Amino acid sequence: MKDQLIIAGQKIKSRFFLGTGKFPSYNVMRESIISSGAHIVTVALRRVDPKLKSENIMNFVPKNRIVMTNTSGARNADEAVRIARIAREMGCGNWIKIEVIADNKYLLPDNLETIRACEALAKEDFIVMPYMSPDLMDAKRLVNAGAASIMPLGAPIGTGKGLKTKELIKILISEIDLPIIVDAGIGSPSHAAKAMEMGCDAVLVNTAVAVSENPILSAQAFSLAVQAGRLAYLSGIRGEKDIAEPSSPLTGFLR
Amino acid sequence: MKILLNGKSIEINEKITVFTLLLKNGFEPNRVVVELNKKIVKQPLWDVTDIHSGDTIEVLSFVGGG
Repeated sequence: MKDQLIIAGQKIKSRFFLGTGKFPSYNVMRESIISSGAHIVTVALRRVDPKLKSENIMNFVPKNRIVMTNTSGARNADEAVRIARIAREMGCGNWIKIEVIADNKYLLPDNLETIRACEALAKEDFIVMPYMSPDLMDAKRLVNAGAASIMPLGAPIGTGKGLKTKELIKILISEIDLPIIVDAGIGSPSHAAKAMEMGCDAVLVNTAVAVSENPILSAQAFSLAVQAGRLAYLSGIRGEKDIAEPSSPLTGFLR
Repeated sequence: MKILLNGKSIEINEKITVFTLLLKNGFEPNRVVVELNKKIVKQPLWDVTDIHSGDTIEVLSFVGGG
């Protein structure tokens, strides 16, 4: 059965996207990308501190991956646009995850500024992947602004609480004709599987993998959960019932 | 003259290009992108772009992020 995720006309080989922050080392990050088979990985841009002789992260990203720069640190649309342009100038391609956050406690995205940034960057031929609070009207505005996918949060970044916004994400799946990718809040493979069973197109995980005791194994576990959840969705699992229903025939023996 | 380099005010006593500024401050030029007063300066222009008093320079590179 052919089941291909396509974003902006490109075939994406894995429905599991991996963030690269917080890993114990770039080597472990690299091995985690490999063990999970992630095709899209995210990176961030920061000021260079010449005193810290750190390695170049790009040397640790395996070949043939799409490296998508996030605009983390941006507090408004203009800053997000600025970061995106710098990322492209650095030869990182034109995939950009818009992340506009002005709330430092819960790290919730500013949908309004995100829509503004999406509009500006789509006009500059970026492939724009906006991280957003799952609101149907704002998702429609992002579609009109030229987004390539919609990335609603399951729960605040780094909390690992899972799909707290489940019902709102279901509405996006039903009403938005773009890939829906749950980004943020996924804390365990079962959360990722649940998102995929619901009909999400992909899942992005970072913290839960990177801070686990064995990120390389963890990345693989998440990736397998995403695959299982996708197969479950395609298979049309029936879901819950309140009344029991025997799975073995009850007739013809002992009574 | 005073300039702002990655958010820190520094004093420079001579005429200097973007390229020299990077080298003198210990940056590895092949891994960074430079913004001068919020505009990107492309690498081929680094040694013909002069720094002026009051300029704001950002030197950036990629790091891990989600």
